[in-house]
Amino acid sequence: MRILIKNGQIIDPFQGITGKGDILIEDGKIKEVFLVDASNSYLRHQSGSPKKKNLPVDLKIIDAEGLYVFPGLIDMHCHLREPGFSHKETIRTGTLAGIRGGFTNLCCMPNTNPVNDNETVTEFILRKAYAEGACYVYPVGAITKGQRGEELAELGKMHSAGCIAFSDDGRPVMNSLIMRRALEYSKAFNVPIISHCEDLALSEGGVVNEGKISTRLGLRGIPKEAEEIMIARDIMLARLTGGRLHIAHVSTKGGVELIRRAKEQGINVTAETCPHYFTLTEEAVSDYNTNAKVNPPLRTEEDLEALIEGLKDGTLDVISTDHAPHHIDEKLQEFDAAPSGISGLETALPLSLRLVQKGYLSLEKLLRKFTVEPARIMGIPKEGFKEGSIAEIVIVDLEREFRIKKEDFLSLGKNTPFDGWSLKGKVIFTICKTGIYEFK
Amino acid sequence: MKHLLGTKDLSKEMIKKILSSAGAFKDVLRRDIKKVPTLRGKTVVNLFFEPSTRTRTSFELAEKRMSMDVLNFSVPASAVVKGESLLDTIRTIESYEIDYIVIRHQSSGVPHFIAKHTKASVINAGDGMNEHPTQALLDAFTILEKKGRIEGLDIAIVGDILHSRVARSNIYCLSKLGARLRLIGPPTLLPPALKEAFGISELKVFYRIEEGLEGADVIMMLRLQKERQIRGFFPSEGEYFRFWGLTPERLRLAKPDAIVMHPGPMNRGIEISTEVADGPQSAILEQVTNGIAIRMAVLYALQTEAQGVGESSG
Amino acid sequence: MKVILGAEEIERILSRIAHEIAEKGRRAEDLCLIGIQRGGVYLARRLQRLLEGILKVPVPVGSLDISFYRDDLSIRKEAPQVRKTDISFDITGKRVILIDDVLFTGRSIRAALDALMDMGRPAEIELAVLIDRGHRELPICAQYVGRNVPTSRDERVEVRLVEESGKDEVVIIKE
Repeated sequence: MRILIKNGQIIDPFQGITGKGDILIEDGKIKEVFLVDASNSYLRHQSGSPKKKNLPVDLKIIDAEGLYVFPGLIDMHCHLREPGFSHKETIRTGTLAGIRGGFTNLCCMPNTNPVNDNETVTEFILRKAYAEGACYVYPVGAITKGQRGEELAELGKMHSAGCIAFSDDGRPVMNSLIMRRALEYSKAFNVPIISHCEDLALSEGGVVNEGKISTRLGLRGIPKEAEEIMIARDIMLARLTGGRLHIAHVSTKGGVELIRRAKEQGINVTAETCPHYFTLTEEAVSDYNTNAKVNPPLRTEEDLEALIEGLKDGTLDVISTDHAPHHIDEKLQEFDAAPSGISGLETALPLSLRLVQKGYLSLEKLLRKFTVEPARIMGIPKEGFKEGSIAEIVIVDLEREFRIKKEDFLSLGKNTPFDGWSLKGKVIFTICKTGIYEFK
Repeated sequence: MKHLLGTKDLSKEMIKKILSSAGAFKDVLRRDIKKVPTLRGKTVVNLFFEPSTRTRTSFELAEKRMSMDVLNFSVPASAVVKGESLLDTIRTIESYEIDYIVIRHQSSGVPHFIAKHTKASVINAGDGMNEHPTQALLDAFTILEKKGRIEGLDIAIVGDILHSRVARSNIYCLSKLGARLRLIGPPTLLPPALKEAFGISELKVFYRIEEGLEGADVIMMLRLQKERQIRGFFPSEGEYFRFWGLTPERLRLAKPDAIVMHPGPMNRGIEISTEVADGPQSAILEQVTNGIAIRMAVLYALQTEAQGVGESSG
Repeated sequence: MKVILGAEEIERILSRIAHEIAEKGRRAEDLCLIGIQRGGVYLARRLQRLLEGILKVPVPVGSLDISFYRDDLSIRKEAPQVRKTDISFDITGKRVILIDDVLFTGRSIRAALDALMDMGRPAEIELAVLIDRGHRELPICAQYVGRNVPTSRDERVEVRLVEESGKDEVVIIKE
């Protein structure tokens, strides 16, 4: 079975390929990349486009004229909810949602039920993903048993079983000694510790950012310092231990500044943010809109700007989705009772492309945050369009304007504050080991 | 106007309209036949998730005086734990063809949520820390009765403003009517971003009650909830009373004809001393009486939903 | 707009009505006047002065707002403005003269009767109006009528009094 993607605008940050051309896929692997014009890549074919007359019968042609061709995207932070919360999402529906969003690799967090804090649950997830998943799934294991923050989980065994990183995400590791141990111990396995930075005492009972909106709506607020204090602590522990620290879902200006200074000092820290933090502010909650309730909460205009600045100067290495699907009944409740989270896999790319449209980032730079950077941090061996590598491709129409419709989500989670938004940049095809997916 | 969710969305004109008709309702309450047929045949549900005898009784009396049919649903918090969601409760009520829902709930934003899922008119009887609009309206009415005006008055609100829906509703209402507001309390109990949140530039904040009370025309004391002490907002009730309690000495710092108000129930000896609560400057009992009249006025103001442009018949 | 009554005619009409009221009654001490808000209030006060001059006894006067008793509240766009109900005397056992400026469908009078019944038990209630413009929708009639003025439904009758608008006159306006 051969597939030819013709005349697409190819950008492969892994191989450093940029240019218009064709990609030939054979038996699910990249056979060759043909560029129409010369560029600084080491993989090019000077003979131009293949002759149409001798095309074999089993060749499927995808016309990518006017479209962009990227390596399948990597989301290093999402929640697939299985095992235990399959009313919110399953590995099957979550990976399908990922595919629709252009992602061929999902790193799923351990706050399932039971928690992924042992090799049995890890194996369950991997087996489910192999049998039913539409794309690759890489489990992130829990740092502590039950995510209770008291005792280290069996990081080594989980790593052997397939966990590529560890996090108690959903919760912080409040006990600084345990966090220190985790960062130290993880060095044996050369994996990152992903930290959900939240001082639970300061954030207690809070449901929105502390400030104008919390006062106006009479809701308990979470001060920015709840995040900043823990980022500072974790950075210092990373400095102490030499472990690999990755800060999840940065939402504050203060947080960005701390990370920037840490990197300047050579501390081994990386960081991510999510599209909702650089697109919305606390104003989105104004009408007690539970679809905008998220943890950490949406902040203010100055934080939004600082996050964009952080993406520009590399302080923030990665954009992840923190895809957090919930059942519709759960979000149709009083604000205090509704769970936090935004279903983000299917809106991440068009929302992020706005940064390119507004001139903050180049397309190449944005793409790196979804490809080479998460691959590097998580140690996922991807090689883009290198000859012989498994074909993982997403084809995007950057010019196509469309309306976000939550009923069309393949994710079970329809909880998005972006319903009805008009965005540019639609995924048309996603190709990965399970097949070719076309989205009209 | 279909719902009364908060004073933050009420226009000055609407507030004035409600206040001006409250006097007429107060007259009805003094008659032998304390009833008017105005809302005869309309049904109201008092949906109280938080226990409250005084507010619910006040609403119930107001509704009966307007000749309404009254249903009382007192939902203890455990009912929700048993599994019926808020939405299901509302849908059940909808099937009874109710015209009004009076809702009190411990979570902010519940009246707004309900208004999106019902055809009935929704009246907020207190939602979490957000608003308690009928309390603010009866407070404003009481001030008008005692002082003749609100514009230009110096009004001090004292206590746990951070957690007080009564304070919030009063701040929006009184500032719209032209009062000069002072907020007094321990720093831990004052909300952040006050001026931006309320959109009022001349909001004065005082940590020391003596400074804040000087020359005040009206002093509104807020109830201190005992749980706050556990959470570290202040070290002890004794300390709270020592520094922020309204004593006769502190009352003398205000204008000689200043009035003292409290939404009730009072914690004597914690936020207010007994002498002041029972003293000649206290308007606390009038607040209760006015509560019924104001609630009748609110029901009256909400009862017309345009079904046709009917004009008066002579 | 057409002026159908001027200040002099209004004065003569009120004087005539006052005499009719005085002539008919038994005990002058039982008489009281209640003006319906808004149009009847000033007329009631004028009749009070005239009657006190004729009968030589004090005649109590009050004002009655009927907003709470109207039958058209659910079809109006806004709740009508509530005005003062000020009846400082007991109406039980009294001869009450209800006073309004214009009698039209009769619904306001029906509301006024219900309101009065909630306030006491008058011995009798009579109605005095300055203008009866016809088009009754209820079986209501006035015992004392200033002037019968046939009108069509698309017209409006306005009684303007010097206490409010500086001039006494009655006008008909086509809508």
